[in-house]
Amino acid sequence: MEPRTSVIEKRLKNIKRIIAVASGKGGVGKSLVASSLALHLAHKGFKVGLLDLDLYGPSSHIILGVKKEFPTEEKGIIPPMVHGISFMSIVYFTEEKPSPFRGVDISNIILELLAITQWGSLDFLIIDMPPGIGDETLDVIRYMKKSEFLVVTTPSKVAMGAVSKLLTILIELKKPVLGVIENMTMKDASFIEEEAKKLKVGYLGKIHFDEALEEAIGNADRLAKTQVMEDLTKILRKVNL
Amino acid sequence: MHEWALAESIVMAAVEAAQKEKLKSITEITVHIGELQQIEKDIFLFALNEIAKQQKPTIKNNAFHLRTEKSTLICKTCGHNWKYSDMKKKFSETESESIHFIPEVVFVHSRCPKCGSPDFEITKGRGVVLSSIKGLR
Repeated sequence: MEPRTSVIEKRLKNIKRIIAVASGKGGVGKSLVASSLALHLAHKGFKVGLLDLDLYGPSSHIILGVKKEFPTEEKGIIPPMVHGISFMSIVYFTEEKPSPFRGVDISNIILELLAITQWGSLDFLIIDMPPGIGDETLDVIRYMKKSEFLVVTTPSKVAMGAVSKLLTILIELKKPVLGVIENMTMKDASFIEEEAKKLKVGYLGKIHFDEALEEAIGNADRLAKTQVMEDLTKILRKVNL
Repeated sequence: MHEWALAESIVMAAVEAAQKEKLKSITEITVHIGELQQIEKDIFLFALNEIAKQQKPTIKNNAFHLRTEKSTLICKTCGHNWKYSDMKKKFSETESESIHFIPEVVFVHSRCPKCGSPDFEITKGRGVVLSSIKGLR
């Protein structure tokens, strides 16, 4: 008998809201939005956790500049505090080596992380999701019942093709969708907004392509001053975040 | 003491199962401990007994039986099979501790000893499993 599922609810009991930053497509900026959202909420004085569930290609730690931190052991593991965020990632255990996991391993890792991580009380737990609707998405839906989804896409028809599939399944499963964020826009187009409307999902707005962003990666203070953060802050106001 | 979190999951799962079966008390809980997780048995048993004190249905003193399970790792590429204990010495302290927290990171820190493939599976001895519960109705 699998014992870990029995304790997950208790571990998440004192977390007021869980927001999964997701997309059907890779490379659209989920980790950037998740990390920036966590920073934004921490700056507003909320108690915030960030869980990077992109187990093959974790990148939130690169964006936030996490280097030497490691969880402490206390009746489980307590995530270290990074820029005011309780930050948990597989990277503490993989040391930046390649991670050749199969589906069953992914589910086992998620179960283990959820069973042993002691988040304490949080206003928000932000999850940086991997792309697609595979094990990670299904496990978040299964084990983190109060999760809400913030969906990211780029202005590309190709990206939105995959994102529409994620939105469709979230709607089918009656999961709350906060809305769609259009990232890396370079011109004024309404394609994504129209697609969101067709699916009856809120369109939250655009984050403009920011040439200066790369220089802010790894530096949370600089990240907070980017055009990306300015655009994201406007978008988040629409959903009271 | 990350063992505490796992002990808590065992006790909660046992209590859930006992409630489902309408048991008035739990007299025996058998737990298999997979080799890969490298659980400190004494700490784990201490945590189990401490957490068991305030449960309903009640859990009898000394109810826990711990059984260590040797691991079997099988390579999907060449079919070779081996045990974690065969390769344990090759891991650094940090790698070994990482496997203790998340057994699947064994795929990150090692390869098949025969063909070098990272594509192998853990067929036995991964982690902590609640094997059986006995009780009174």
